[in-house]
Amino acid sequence: MIFDIDIHLRRGDRDIACRIRSDSGIIALFGPSGVGKTSTLNMIAGLLRPDHGHIAIGGQRLFDSHAGIDIAAARRRCGYVFQEPRLFPHMRVRANLRYGRPRGQADGGVHGLSQEALIELLGIGSLLDRWPASLSGGEAQRAAIGRALLSTPRLLLLDEPISSLDLARRTEILALIARLHALTGIAVVYVSHDRAELDYLAGDVIALS
Amino acid sequence: MMAMLPVAFALAWLLARARFPGKLILDTLVHLPLVVPPVVTGWLLLLLFGPQGPIGRWLLDWFGITLLFRWTGAALAAAIMALPLMVRAMRLSIAAIDHRLEQAAQTLGASAVRIFCTISLPLALPGIFAGAMLGFARSIGEFGATITFVSDIPGETRTLPIAIYSALQLPDSDHVVLRLALLSVALSFAALLLSEYLARRAMAAGRSHDL
Repeated sequence: MIFDIDIHLRRGDRDIACRIRSDSGIIALFGPSGVGKTSTLNMIAGLLRPDHGHIAIGGQRLFDSHAGIDIAAARRRCGYVFQEPRLFPHMRVRANLRYGRPRGQADGGVHGLSQEALIELLGIGSLLDRWPASLSGGEAQRAAIGRALLSTPRLLLLDEPISSLDLARRTEILALIARLHALTGIAVVYVSHDRAELDYLAGDVIALS
Repeated sequence: MMAMLPVAFALAWLLARARFPGKLILDTLVHLPLVVPPVVTGWLLLLLFGPQGPIGRWLLDWFGITLLFRWTGAALAAAIMALPLMVRAMRLSIAAIDHRLEQAAQTLGASAVRIFCTISLPLALPGIFAGAMLGFARSIGEFGATITFVSDIPGETRTLPIAIYSALQLPDSDHVVLRLALLSVALSFAALLLSEYLARRAMAAGRSHDL
Protein backbone atom coordinates (compact mmCIF):
# COMPACT_ATOMS: atom_id res chain seq x y z
CA MET A 1 0.00 0.00 0.00
CA ILE A 2 1.67 3.25 -1.14
CA PHE A 3 -0.93 5.65 0.23
CA ASP A 4 -2.82 4.90 3.42
CA ILE A 5 -4.40 8.10 4.64
CA ASP A 6 -7.40 8.73 6.85
CA ILE A 7 -7.51 12.17 8.40
CA HIS A 8 -10.05 14.47 9.98
CA LEU A 9 -9.79 18.12 10.84
CA ARG A 10 -12.38 20.57 12.04
CA ARG A 11 -11.69 24.13 10.96
CA GLY A 12 -14.24 26.63 12.13
CA ASP A 13 -17.62 25.34 11.03
CA ARG A 14 -16.46 22.93 8.33
CA ASP A 15 -15.12 19.42 8.53
CA ILE A 16 -12.23 18.30 6.39
CA ALA A 17 -12.08 14.56 6.02
CA CYS A 18 -10.00 12.61 3.59
CA ARG A 19 -9.62 8.89 3.18
CA ILE A 20 -7.20 7.46 0.65
CA ARG A 21 -6.07 3.89 0.17
CA SER A 22 -4.23 3.43 -3.05
CA ASP A 23 -1.47 1.41 -4.64
CA SER A 24 -1.16 3.81 -7.54
CA GLY A 25 2.09 5.76 -7.48
CA ILE A 26 0.29 8.89 -8.57
CA ILE A 27 -2.94 10.07 -7.02
CA ALA A 28 -4.94 13.18 -7.67
CA LEU A 29 -7.12 15.08 -5.24
CA PHE A 30 -9.96 16.70 -7.06
CA GLY A 31 -12.75 19.00 -5.97
CA PRO A 32 -14.04 22.58 -5.98
CA SER A 33 -12.09 25.24 -4.15
CA GLY A 34 -12.70 25.49 -0.42
CA VAL A 35 -13.20 21.77 0.03
CA GLY A 36 -9.91 21.31 1.87
CA LYS A 37 -7.51 20.11 -0.82
CA THR A 38 -4.65 22.37 0.29
CA SER A 39 -5.35 21.59 3.94
CA THR A 40 -5.06 17.89 3.12
CA LEU A 41 -1.66 18.45 1.50
CA ASN A 42 -0.55 20.56 4.47
CA MET A 43 -1.53 17.72 6.80
CA ILE A 44 0.45 15.21 4.75
CA ALA A 45 3.46 17.57 4.76
CA GLY A 46 3.15 18.15 8.51
CA LEU A 47 2.41 21.88 8.27
CA LEU A 48 -1.07 21.32 9.67
CA ARG A 49 -2.01 18.86 12.39
CA PRO A 50 -5.09 16.67 11.88
CA ASP A 51 -7.47 16.31 14.82
CA HIS A 52 -7.28 12.54 14.47
CA GLY A 53 -6.45 9.83 11.97
CA HIS A 54 -3.32 8.49 10.36
CA ILE A 55 -1.01 9.14 7.42
CA ALA A 56 1.22 6.39 6.06
CA ILE A 57 3.24 6.61 2.87
CA GLY A 58 4.90 3.47 1.52
CA GLY A 59 4.40 1.74 4.86
CA GLN A 60 6.05 4.54 6.84
CA ARG A 61 3.79 6.20 9.43
CA LEU A 62 4.15 9.98 9.35
CA PHE A 63 1.23 10.64 11.62
CA ASP A 64 -0.94 8.48 13.83
CA SER A 65 -3.08 10.02 16.51
CA HIS A 66 -3.66 6.66 18.23
CA ALA A 67 0.01 5.68 18.36
CA GLY A 68 1.08 9.23 19.20
CA ILE A 69 3.22 9.53 16.09
CA ASP A 70 3.69 13.01 14.63
CA ILE A 71 6.91 13.39 12.65
CA ALA A 72 8.03 17.01 12.28
CA ALA A 73 7.54 18.59 8.87
CA ALA A 74 11.29 19.02 8.47
CA ARG A 75 11.81 15.25 8.79
CA ARG A 76 8.88 14.00 6.71
CA ARG A 77 10.76 14.37 3.44
CA CYS A 78 7.77 15.62 1.50
CA GLY A 79 8.77 17.61 -1.57
CA TYR A 80 6.07 20.25 -1.59
CA VAL A 81 5.40 22.42 -4.63
CA PHE A 82 3.01 25.13 -3.53
CA GLN A 83 0.42 26.93 -5.58
CA GLU A 84 2.82 29.89 -5.80
CA PRO A 85 6.51 29.07 -6.23
CA ARG A 86 7.68 30.37 -2.83
CA LEU A 87 11.28 30.63 -3.96
CA PHE A 88 13.48 32.38 -1.40
CA PRO A 89 13.75 35.93 -2.79
CA HIS A 90 17.16 36.66 -1.29
CA MET A 91 18.85 33.65 -2.92
CA ARG A 92 19.68 32.98 -6.53
CA VAL A 93 18.00 30.03 -8.24
CA ARG A 94 21.13 27.92 -7.67
CA ALA A 95 21.04 28.49 -3.90
CA ASN A 96 17.30 27.83 -3.90
CA LEU A 97 17.86 24.48 -5.61
CA ARG A 98 20.57 23.57 -3.13
CA TYR A 99 18.61 24.54 -0.05
CA GLY A 100 16.98 21.20 0.63
CA ARG A 101 19.89 19.01 -0.44
CA PRO A 102 20.70 16.54 2.32
CA ARG A 103 23.98 17.15 4.06
CA GLY A 104 26.98 15.16 2.89
CA GLN A 105 25.47 14.45 -0.48
CA ALA A 106 27.69 16.05 -3.07
CA ASP A 107 25.87 15.22 -6.28
CA GLY A 108 22.32 15.45 -5.01
CA GLY A 109 20.87 12.92 -7.41
CA VAL A 110 17.23 11.97 -7.03
CA HIS A 111 15.84 8.47 -7.42
CA GLY A 112 18.45 7.49 -9.98
CA LEU A 113 18.30 10.82 -11.80
CA SER A 114 21.45 12.94 -11.47
CA GLN A 115 21.21 16.60 -10.52
CA GLU A 116 22.40 17.65 -13.98
CA ALA A 117 19.85 15.44 -15.69
CA LEU A 118 17.09 16.86 -13.53
CA ILE A 119 18.10 20.48 -14.23
CA GLU A 120 18.22 19.60 -17.92
CA LEU A 121 14.82 17.95 -17.79
CA LEU A 122 13.29 20.98 -16.07
CA GLY A 123 14.99 23.33 -18.51
CA ILE A 124 16.34 25.58 -15.76
CA GLY A 125 20.05 25.30 -16.56
CA SER A 126 20.20 28.86 -17.89
CA LEU A 127 18.37 30.27 -14.86
CA LEU A 128 20.80 29.19 -12.15
CA ASP A 129 22.39 32.62 -11.66
CA ARG A 130 19.14 34.58 -11.83
CA TRP A 131 17.20 36.03 -8.90
CA PRO A 132 13.68 34.64 -8.32
CA ALA A 133 12.10 38.08 -8.85
CA SER A 134 13.36 38.09 -12.45
CA LEU A 135 11.76 34.76 -13.41
CA SER A 136 8.50 34.30 -15.25
CA GLY A 137 5.73 32.30 -13.58
CA GLY A 138 6.57 29.12 -15.49
CA GLU A 139 10.31 29.43 -14.86
CA ALA A 140 9.76 30.02 -11.15
CA GLN A 141 7.41 27.05 -10.89
CA ARG A 142 9.90 24.76 -12.66
CA ALA A 143 12.65 25.96 -10.29
CA ALA A 144 10.33 25.24 -7.35
CA ILE A 145 9.72 21.70 -8.64
CA GLY A 146 13.50 21.26 -8.95
CA ARG A 147 14.07 22.55 -5.44
CA ALA A 148 11.49 20.15 -4.01
CA LEU A 149 12.94 17.17 -5.91
CA LEU A 150 16.55 17.89 -4.97
CA SER A 151 15.64 17.49 -1.30
CA THR A 152 15.31 13.78 -2.20
CA PRO A 153 11.73 13.51 -0.97
CA ARG A 154 9.84 10.29 -0.40
CA LEU A 155 6.88 11.78 -2.22
CA LEU A 156 6.01 14.87 -4.21
CA LEU A 157 3.07 17.07 -3.22
CA LEU A 158 1.81 19.35 -5.97
CA ASP A 159 -0.80 21.96 -5.11
CA GLU A 160 -2.33 23.23 -8.35
CA PRO A 161 1.16 23.95 -9.61
CA ILE A 162 0.00 25.14 -13.01
CA SER A 163 -3.12 27.13 -12.16
CA SER A 164 -1.28 30.45 -12.52
CA LEU A 165 0.31 29.61 -15.87
CA ASP A 166 -0.86 30.07 -19.43
CA LEU A 167 -2.10 27.13 -21.47
CA ALA A 168 1.14 26.34 -23.35
CA ARG A 169 3.13 26.28 -20.10
CA ARG A 170 0.48 24.14 -18.41
CA THR A 171 0.80 21.20 -20.75
CA GLU A 172 4.56 21.54 -20.62
CA ILE A 173 4.68 21.28 -16.81
CA LEU A 174 2.10 18.49 -16.79
CA ALA A 175 4.17 16.49 -19.27
CA LEU A 176 7.21 17.17 -17.11
CA ILE A 177 5.53 15.80 -13.99
CA ALA A 178 4.40 12.70 -15.87
CA ARG A 179 7.96 12.15 -17.14
CA LEU A 180 9.48 12.69 -13.71
CA HIS A 181 7.15 10.12 -12.26
CA ALA A 182 7.93 7.68 -15.07
CA LEU A 183 11.68 8.18 -14.71
CA THR A 184 12.07 8.19 -10.94
CA GLY A 185 9.02 6.29 -9.76
CA ILE A 186 8.50 8.89 -7.02
CA ALA A 187 5.04 8.89 -5.46
CA VAL A 188 3.01 11.96 -6.39
CA VAL A 189 -0.05 13.63 -4.89
CA TYR A 190 -1.50 16.11 -7.33
CA VAL A 191 -4.18 18.60 -6.37
CA SER A 192 -6.41 20.33 -8.87
CA HIS A 193 -9.89 21.64 -9.47
CA ASP A 194 -9.52 21.00 -13.20
CA ARG A 195 -10.57 17.53 -14.29
CA ALA A 196 -8.69 17.76 -17.62
CA GLU A 197 -5.33 18.04 -15.84
CA LEU A 198 -6.01 14.88 -13.90
CA ASP A 199 -7.05 12.84 -16.92
CA TYR A 200 -3.71 13.74 -18.43
CA LEU A 201 -1.78 12.38 -15.46
CA ALA A 202 -3.89 9.26 -15.01
CA GLY A 203 -3.49 7.46 -11.69
CA ASP A 204 -6.16 7.26 -8.99
CA VAL A 205 -8.49 10.22 -8.75
CA ILE A 206 -9.93 10.94 -5.33
CA ALA A 207 -12.85 13.33 -5.35
CA LEU A 208 -13.22 15.48 -2.24
CA SER A 209 -16.57 17.03 -1.45
CA MET B 1 23.67 51.38 21.37
CA MET B 2 25.37 48.40 19.78
CA ALA B 3 24.79 46.38 22.93
CA MET B 4 21.11 47.30 22.70
CA LEU B 5 20.71 45.82 19.20
CA PRO B 6 20.20 42.19 20.27
CA VAL B 7 17.88 43.31 23.06
CA ALA B 8 15.83 45.39 20.64
CA PHE B 9 15.74 42.53 18.14
CA ALA B 10 14.64 40.02 20.76
CA LEU B 11 11.89 42.35 21.92
CA ALA B 12 10.81 43.06 18.34
CA TRP B 13 10.68 39.32 17.58
CA LEU B 14 8.68 38.63 20.70
CA LEU B 15 6.21 41.41 19.96
CA ALA B 16 5.85 40.47 16.29
CA ARG B 17 5.58 36.70 16.58
CA ALA B 18 4.84 35.43 20.05
CA ARG B 19 1.56 35.42 21.88
CA PHE B 20 1.82 35.58 25.63
CA PRO B 21 -0.01 37.11 28.57
CA GLY B 22 1.22 40.58 29.36
CA LYS B 23 2.28 41.25 25.76
CA LEU B 24 0.31 44.49 25.73
CA ILE B 25 2.01 45.58 28.95
CA LEU B 26 5.49 44.81 27.58
CA ASP B 27 4.60 46.61 24.35
CA THR B 28 3.49 49.67 26.30
CA LEU B 29 6.55 49.60 28.57
CA VAL B 30 8.93 49.50 25.62
CA HIS B 31 7.17 52.44 24.01
CA LEU B 32 6.90 54.47 27.17
CA PRO B 33 10.16 56.44 26.69
CA LEU B 34 8.74 57.70 23.40
CA VAL B 35 5.93 59.63 25.08
CA VAL B 36 6.99 60.19 28.69
CA PRO B 37 8.93 63.44 29.18
CA PRO B 38 12.64 62.52 28.91
CA VAL B 39 13.27 64.17 32.27
CA VAL B 40 10.91 61.66 33.88
CA THR B 41 12.70 58.76 32.17
CA GLY B 42 16.00 60.13 33.49
CA TRP B 43 14.58 60.45 36.96
CA LEU B 44 13.28 56.88 36.87
CA LEU B 45 16.73 55.70 35.77
CA LEU B 46 18.19 57.66 38.65
CA LEU B 47 15.83 55.90 41.06
CA LEU B 48 16.59 52.44 39.64
CA PHE B 49 20.30 52.73 38.90
CA GLY B 50 21.42 55.26 41.52
CA PRO B 51 23.60 53.97 44.37
CA GLN B 52 20.46 53.65 46.53
CA GLY B 53 18.31 52.21 43.76
CA PRO B 54 17.55 48.46 43.60
CA ILE B 55 19.54 47.77 40.41
CA GLY B 56 22.25 50.36 41.13
CA ARG B 57 23.02 48.91 44.56
CA TRP B 58 23.13 45.39 43.16
CA LEU B 59 25.56 46.45 40.41
CA LEU B 60 27.74 48.24 42.96
CA ASP B 61 27.78 45.39 45.47
CA TRP B 62 28.45 42.62 43.01
CA PHE B 63 30.47 44.21 40.25
CA GLY B 64 31.65 47.50 41.74
CA ILE B 65 29.97 49.25 38.80
CA THR B 66 28.32 52.60 39.14
CA LEU B 67 26.54 54.23 36.24
CA LEU B 68 25.82 57.55 37.88
CA PHE B 69 27.80 60.47 36.41
CA ARG B 70 29.66 58.11 34.07
CA TRP B 71 29.58 57.77 30.30
CA THR B 72 28.11 54.29 30.75
CA GLY B 73 25.13 55.93 32.42
CA ALA B 74 24.78 58.32 29.48
CA ALA B 75 24.91 55.33 27.14
CA LEU B 76 22.19 53.57 29.13
CA ALA B 77 19.95 56.64 29.02
CA ALA B 78 20.50 56.97 25.26
CA ALA B 79 19.79 53.25 24.76
CA ILE B 80 16.53 53.36 26.70
CA MET B 81 15.40 56.40 24.76
CA ALA B 82 16.34 54.79 21.43
CA LEU B 83 14.75 51.42 22.23
CA PRO B 84 11.16 52.20 21.17
CA LEU B 85 12.22 53.49 17.76
CA MET B 86 14.47 50.49 17.14
CA VAL B 87 11.83 48.00 18.25
CA ARG B 88 9.16 49.63 16.08
CA ALA B 89 11.21 49.47 12.88
CA MET B 90 12.40 45.92 13.50
CA ARG B 91 8.99 44.67 14.47
CA LEU B 92 7.48 45.91 11.22
CA SER B 93 10.14 44.15 9.19
CA ILE B 94 9.72 40.92 11.15
CA ALA B 95 5.96 41.02 10.71
CA ALA B 96 6.50 41.52 6.96
CA ILE B 97 8.40 38.23 6.58
CA ASP B 98 6.32 35.86 4.50
CA HIS B 99 5.56 32.93 6.77
CA ARG B 100 4.95 30.77 3.71
CA LEU B 101 8.66 30.95 2.88
CA GLU B 102 9.47 29.57 6.31
CA GLN B 103 6.98 26.77 5.71
CA ALA B 104 8.64 26.00 2.39
CA ALA B 105 12.02 25.79 4.14
CA GLN B 106 10.45 23.42 6.68
CA THR B 107 9.28 21.00 4.00
CA LEU B 108 12.81 21.09 2.57
CA GLY B 109 14.09 19.64 5.83
CA ALA B 110 15.49 22.78 7.44
CA SER B 111 15.66 22.90 11.23
CA ALA B 112 14.17 25.82 13.16
CA VAL B 113 17.65 27.28 13.75
CA ARG B 114 18.56 26.97 10.08
CA ILE B 115 15.29 28.59 9.00
CA PHE B 116 15.95 31.49 11.36
CA CYS B 117 19.54 32.00 10.15
CA THR B 118 18.99 31.50 6.43
CA ILE B 119 15.45 32.78 5.85
CA SER B 120 13.97 34.90 8.64
CA LEU B 121 17.03 36.88 9.69
CA PRO B 122 18.26 37.81 6.19
CA LEU B 123 14.77 38.91 5.19
CA ALA B 124 14.46 41.09 8.29
CA LEU B 125 17.94 42.55 7.93
CA PRO B 126 17.07 45.81 6.13
CA GLY B 127 14.52 46.57 8.87
CA ILE B 128 17.08 45.78 11.54
CA PHE B 129 19.57 48.21 9.99
CA ALA B 130 16.88 50.84 9.54
CA GLY B 131 15.90 50.48 13.19
CA ALA B 132 19.54 50.66 14.30
CA MET B 133 20.09 53.86 12.31
CA LEU B 134 16.95 55.41 13.71
CA GLY B 135 18.03 54.44 17.22
CA PHE B 136 21.49 55.87 16.59
CA ALA B 137 20.03 59.18 15.44
CA ARG B 138 17.77 59.30 18.47
CA SER B 139 20.55 58.43 20.91
CA ILE B 140 23.01 61.09 19.76
CA GLY B 141 20.27 63.66 20.22
CA GLU B 142 19.52 62.54 23.77
CA PHE B 143 19.33 65.43 26.22
CA GLY B 144 16.64 65.29 28.88
CA ALA B 145 17.07 61.78 30.28
CA THR B 146 20.86 62.05 30.16
CA ILE B 147 21.15 65.35 31.98
CA THR B 148 18.71 64.22 34.65
CA PHE B 149 20.39 60.84 35.16
CA VAL B 150 24.11 61.56 34.82
CA SER B 151 24.25 65.37 34.77
CA ASP B 152 26.71 67.31 32.58
CA ILE B 153 30.32 66.31 33.15
CA PRO B 154 32.73 67.41 30.41
CA GLY B 155 34.52 64.47 28.83
CA GLU B 156 32.31 61.95 30.62
CA THR B 157 28.59 62.54 30.12
CA ARG B 158 28.52 65.59 27.88
CA THR B 159 26.49 64.56 24.84
CA LEU B 160 26.23 66.69 21.72
CA PRO B 161 23.03 68.52 22.69
CA ILE B 162 24.24 69.00 26.24
CA ALA B 163 27.45 70.54 24.87
CA ILE B 164 25.39 72.87 22.71
CA TYR B 165 23.22 73.83 25.64
CA SER B 166 26.13 74.57 27.92
CA ALA B 167 27.94 76.49 25.19
CA LEU B 168 24.83 78.64 24.83
CA GLN B 169 25.15 79.61 28.49
CA LEU B 170 28.57 81.16 27.86
CA PRO B 171 29.11 84.55 26.20
CA ASP B 172 30.75 84.73 22.74
CA SER B 173 30.17 81.05 21.98
CA ASP B 174 28.20 81.51 18.77
CA HIS B 175 30.78 79.82 16.58
CA VAL B 176 31.01 76.82 18.91
CA VAL B 177 27.24 76.45 18.95
CA LEU B 178 27.06 76.79 15.18
CA ARG B 179 29.70 74.12 14.62
CA LEU B 180 28.10 71.68 17.05
CA ALA B 181 24.62 72.34 15.70
CA LEU B 182 25.79 71.71 12.12
CA LEU B 183 27.46 68.50 13.22
CA SER B 184 24.29 67.41 14.97
CA VAL B 185 22.08 68.13 11.95
CA ALA B 186 24.51 66.39 9.60
CA LEU B 187 24.67 63.23 11.73
CA SER B 188 20.91 63.04 12.14
CA PHE B 189 20.32 63.74 8.45
CA ALA B 190 22.71 61.00 7.37
CA ALA B 191 21.25 58.47 9.81
CA LEU B 192 17.66 59.22 8.79
CA LEU B 193 18.51 59.11 5.11
CA LEU B 194 20.13 55.71 5.47
CA SER B 195 17.29 54.39 7.57
CA GLU B 196 14.66 55.58 5.09
CA TYR B 197 16.61 54.15 2.16
CA LEU B 198 16.87 50.74 3.85
CA ALA B 199 13.19 50.73 4.79
CA ARG B 200 12.23 51.42 1.17
CA ARG B 201 14.47 48.70 -0.12
CA ALA B 202 12.92 46.27 2.35
CA MET B 203 9.44 47.22 1.14
CA ALA B 204 10.41 46.75 -2.49
CA ALA B 205 11.82 43.34 -1.65
CA GLY B 206 8.61 42.51 0.22
CA ARG B 207 6.53 43.25 -2.86
CA SER B 208 8.51 40.92 -5.06
CA HIS B 209 7.72 38.00 -2.72
CA ASP B 210 4.19 37.87 -4.03
CA LEU B 211 5.34 36.73 -7.43
